[in-house]
Amino acid sequence: MEKSIIKLENISFSYDSYSVLTDINFELRLGEKVGLIGPNGAGKTTLLYIIMGFLKPNSGRVFIFGKERKGEKDFLEVRQKLGLLFQDSDSQLFCPTVKEDIAFGPLNLGRDRNEVKEIVKDIAKLFNIEHLLERPVYKLSTGEKKIIALATVFAMNPICYLLDEPSSGLDEETKEKLIYFLKNHVKTCLIVSHDQTFLKETVDKIYLLKRGQISFYQDF
Amino acid sequence: MHLEVFAEGDSFLHKLDPRIKISVFLTFAILCAISKGILIPSLYFMLSLFFILIAKLNFKNLLNRLVGANFFILFIWIFIPLSYKSNPYIEFGSFKISYEGIKYALSITIKCNAIILATIALLSTSTIFSIAHAMLHLRLPSKLVTIFFLFYRYISVVHEEYTKIKRAVLARGFRPKTDLHTYKTYAYIVSALLIKSFERSEEIYKAMLARGFKGFFPLFEHFKLRKIDLAFGIGIGLVIIFIYIWGLYK
Repeated sequence: MEKSIIKLENISFSYDSYSVLTDINFELRLGEKVGLIGPNGAGKTTLLYIIMGFLKPNSGRVFIFGKERKGEKDFLEVRQKLGLLFQDSDSQLFCPTVKEDIAFGPLNLGRDRNEVKEIVKDIAKLFNIEHLLERPVYKLSTGEKKIIALATVFAMNPICYLLDEPSSGLDEETKEKLIYFLKNHVKTCLIVSHDQTFLKETVDKIYLLKRGQISFYQDF
Repeated sequence: MHLEVFAEGDSFLHKLDPRIKISVFLTFAILCAISKGILIPSLYFMLSLFFILIAKLNFKNLLNRLVGANFFILFIWIFIPLSYKSNPYIEFGSFKISYEGIKYALSITIKCNAIILATIALLSTSTIFSIAHAMLHLRLPSKLVTIFFLFYRYISVVHEEYTKIKRAVLARGFRPKTDLHTYKTYAYIVSALLIKSFERSEEIYKAMLARGFKGFFPLFEHFKLRKIDLAFGIGIGLVIIFIYIWGLYK
């Protein structure tokens, strides 16, 4: 039995009176690469936020690494070990320079300064962004921001990645880089995307979230 | 936090012409603020409760606002009774709490809450667009109205950006401790907030210009002055003035 990373049991969520998720049951195990598709407003980002503990479900239980998560304290470990890539890279980056943004994650994990310096150097090499390290985040193009955002998440070496529309707005070259990265450096992930050709290259099966219900969609 | 949470509704006050509401509010706020004692502010407080009742607002949201505002009023209670020098007083060990001081603090609390409730019931029940447009009708200088409107807009923008940055920081396992990393992070959050809010505001302004914004606010459903609006305005206005005059001659 593969180790359970995420387990959602009967999760329901509504924004005020607008019901978005109804009785969702979902499990993601170690080594699984899963895609999630669905119409706009289906609640895909909401699901990711519930997994990370930013939203509290109206009913149901959230199990991460086999342990039930209820309060803020429970989710600290979740946020350290699951890497969430936001849909909007602008929402992810906030430090003055790229270098500091990449360092932020490892520093939170308690690594000391010298270790962090090494991590930043290695990541910059891997993503080919050494020339961007000293640049202020606000002077990057959208594609560059996306790669930097991914680098900041990768710097924490998460067990599982949660990616919200990672390929949106990217040019072909950057998309190729992203696909290469997901194929070779990521073992477990849940990718939300509208781009089914992208998902074909990066995940093994796809689920569909529609009208508050999740269902199996396709195998590759 | 949705800043215009009270503006959606269909009570009498929601449909009332915003020009009347602004005029009534100004009369209420000024006369309530300068009234003295406990009795007259209490009458104004009851009047503001009447406004709240006919506005049929969400109780939980209302309570949140009141608790937030009264938090500041709490400070008045700490300072005024202790520093208001007069007789008679009660002794608490080495502290002298004057009776007059307590009365004064109570008067301020009642007046503040009355004005807050009146603001919510009269002004929050219209959208910011309607209020800005009504101000223009009442011949307020258009530059002032534009500043007021944009100020309100930018508060929403700053709040939105704050929520996003908070999520970004938490998503990477940030836990506040007493170390340099934490303080640095807080500094980064403040600077990111300033820069991002500024950039977002610029974008919003460009979007407004791109759709032909010339400095005035057209309304989708223009308000009409009905006979009942006028009757309400004059009626309540007279009540407010009457309460004040009664207070003067008591």
